[in-house]
Amino acid sequence: MKTTELLVIGGGPAGLCAALSAAESGASVTVVERNNRLGGQLIKQTHMFFGSREQYASTRGIDIAKILEAELIKYSRQIEVLTDTAVLGLYEDGVVNALYKEEDYFKIKPKAIVAATGAYEKSLAFPNNDLPGIYGAGAVQTLMNVYGVKPGNNVLMVGAGNIGLIVSYQLMQAGVRVAAILDAAPKIGGYLVHASKIARMGVPILCSHTVKEAIGKDCLEKAVICMVDERFSPIPGTEKELEVDVMCISVGLTPLCELLAMRGCEMKYVPQLSGSVPVRNERYETTIENLFVAGDASGIEEASSAMVEGRLAGLCAAAKMGYKPADFDERFKGYAAQLKALRSGPVGEHILRGIEQIVSKEDRHV
Amino acid sequence: MENTIVCRCSDVTLKQVRDLIAQGYVTFDEIKRITRIGMGPCQGKTCGQIVQREIAMAIGQKMSDVEFQTNRPPVVGVRLELIAKEARRNEEQR
Repeated sequence: MKTTELLVIGGGPAGLCAALSAAESGASVTVVERNNRLGGQLIKQTHMFFGSREQYASTRGIDIAKILEAELIKYSRQIEVLTDTAVLGLYEDGVVNALYKEEDYFKIKPKAIVAATGAYEKSLAFPNNDLPGIYGAGAVQTLMNVYGVKPGNNVLMVGAGNIGLIVSYQLMQAGVRVAAILDAAPKIGGYLVHASKIARMGVPILCSHTVKEAIGKDCLEKAVICMVDERFSPIPGTEKELEVDVMCISVGLTPLCELLAMRGCEMKYVPQLSGSVPVRNERYETTIENLFVAGDASGIEEASSAMVEGRLAGLCAAAKMGYKPADFDERFKGYAAQLKALRSGPVGEHILRGIEQIVSKEDRHV
Repeated sequence: MENTIVCRCSDVTLKQVRDLIAQGYVTFDEIKRITRIGMGPCQGKTCGQIVQREIAMAIGQKMSDVEFQTNRPPVVGVRLELIAKEARRNEEQR
């Protein structure tokens, strides 16, 4: 059986930062990543980040992934990376099983784990929602920006959050027409700077609208949209047909924490964090000792805060294993201050109201 | 509702889910045992919240009070041959 000190599940922004932070403290780390390359969602983010200077504001996501990978090389003696490897289960005896491609099934016994498993796109139920041409917005972004595949010619974007707005813009950069962007909410959810850029390019952003039905024989040909009232119920007589061959569903993400749930972590459904998340202490340790969490798996936010959470979880996991640097308190406070700054403003306040519900002040693991 | 897919792994429709809820099957696990919803390759990641919301609306509960299914390993499919190979490897090491 393979052994390691810290196992980091997920090589996205949170996982990479957790690995780097733990290695900086002196721990040996194994990073397990399901995809064939590191970086998580950063590798398809061709736009520049907002966030903070410390977390690479004004740098494109794909370049942030490169910066983090370059940092990994500095710790190549301590950090081992396993790509194409999916974690399949966490067990009570501390054993983790994993699958490399579809070729090798093996077990790992770590001393501690940081689960940085990220998020999953939410889906939407409407008639004919299984027609080819209907995608998650994140999937379209992957197709375009990672694989260079144009998804179609005429797109309806369902959801005006940041992902919906950014992917719409990137579709237009790729020469694809965006027929409209809908959102069931009465207000645009994403940043107005993104929304106004798109509106200036002539794309209507229709609030209080939803998709009523998809129409098509072998693939998507038309979408029927309609207005909704304040309770999100469709208003009869407001239907409109749009000729589109692609529909992107961008109705939000939800934390991916099935591994934590199966291991027996206490979970809580928190709307502000977009789904079911593990209860944890201030050091990112879940109710299962030595099992830490960071990034979108502990609540949907931005990559900037996921990176800081990763640094914190890696720092705390390493400290728990005996690698407590002399400047632990300073580093902890520094990262906490960065998170506080990233979470200022109305969106941040909303997130903080969610976090309050999952962080337990009492310490079960002392 | 007949053409609205809730579970794309096992092709379960919104109609099937609503009919079952109307018959009194108001937990995810019950609906799963009848329809196989949540048992496919995605293990409930696509259908989970849609079913939870349907149950919540039907019985007047909050989403947070509707329990999701029990997660079990493995989270993705793995060939039995590979599990046997690992078991043999562990025996040899002993």
